[in-house]
Amino acid sequence: MTSRKTELLVGLFVALAIAATLLLALKVANQGMSGSSDTYTVYAKFDNIGGLKERSSVKVGGVVVGRVARIYLDERELIPVVQLEISTDYIDTFPETSSVSILTAGLLGEQYVGLQPGFIFPGEDPIYLEQDSFIVDTKSALVLEDLIGQFLFSRDSE
Amino acid sequence: MQALVNLGAKTLARLRSFGSATLMLWGALVAVPRLKNIPLTIQQIYVVGVQSLLIILVSGLFIGMVMALQGYTILVNYGAEGSLGPMVALSLLRELGPVVTALLFAGRAGSALTAEIGLMKATEQLSSLEMMAVDPLRRVIAPRFWAGVISMPMLALIFSAVGILGGHLVGVDWLGVDSGSYWSIMQATVDWDKDVINGVIKSIVFAVVVVWIALYKGYSCVPTSEGISKATTETVVVSSLLILGLDFVLTALMFGVN
Repeated sequence: MTSRKTELLVGLFVALAIAATLLLALKVANQGMSGSSDTYTVYAKFDNIGGLKERSSVKVGGVVVGRVARIYLDERELIPVVQLEISTDYIDTFPETSSVSILTAGLLGEQYVGLQPGFIFPGEDPIYLEQDSFIVDTKSALVLEDLIGQFLFSRDSE
Repeated sequence: MQALVNLGAKTLARLRSFGSATLMLWGALVAVPRLKNIPLTIQQIYVVGVQSLLIILVSGLFIGMVMALQGYTILVNYGAEGSLGPMVALSLLRELGPVVTALLFAGRAGSALTAEIGLMKATEQLSSLEMMAVDPLRRVIAPRFWAGVISMPMLALIFSAVGILGGHLVGVDWLGVDSGSYWSIMQATVDWDKDVINGVIKSIVFAVVVVWIALYKGYSCVPTSEGISKATTETVVVSSLLILGLDFVLTALMFGVN
């Protein structure tokens, strides 16, 4: 028969394994933390999304307010549509005139969506981004080859 | 002609031992699981799991620390020392955690299992069990098999967690990487399903392979002192080679094709 001490040590072993799993889940993979808060969905059309990926962050002045949920091609216009999930903590915060651009963190870092809140004119009733809004004002990712091409072309014409 | 005969004989011998290993596992596992065997399994989790804990904790800690040290010296050249966290976490979760745990497990617990069962066979304890109408496959093999398959993924998770903390100790506390970026870039990079769960799947596969080989080598060894020592060596060599080979296959399947 298994002794009490053995059972205690096996119990300790299992508890340690659970603690390790929790550490990996919460602290390393950030499971649950990101998916737990409620979000609302807005869409933005870009000409070129560069290296943007699903789960990339949406930032306002460096603060993460949401994530990229899905990237797909608009069937009629054949341009990429990015579906953004913004935390409901920030509902009725960003005016409808806000613009989004695809930016790069650092020189070689990953790409993220930068949201630039628009102005609210005093005296007007502000219209905010809400569920299923489309953000009209978008700036595409910088593609290095295009930039170099433009540079060479402008030098040639001089 | 003789070469062909030898080749054929070797192939047949391999196939025969693979077949009898499968039969052994079949006999141990397919038998209706009995609640009576759960205390036996717990006893074996103590032997193969808890007693392997120290070597896993120490090697996990040091491997995490070494990776942080080596990674830092290279990453700092590019000003990318913020990527130290994901580097340590991904290499531990995807590769080093399952693989090194399995190698250590084969050396620490696998060899002990082979020697134990080999000695049981040499001293005719297995035959005595059969004389008493107790099936040694169910009574001796099955609890050890389940204990190994349960323990190894847990050991691998502990290994990875301790390694990441060791990387934090060296990278953040000693070399001055920002603690916030160590964790946050890690969180942005590591994916629960893709990285953590795949690592666990890997270590379950390795556990089945290591424990199966260890048990079969012990069960089928020549019941002499020389035979037992040969079987023990073979367990460690064969399971280490299989772990490394299977690791490549599993990595190619899990991470190779997008």
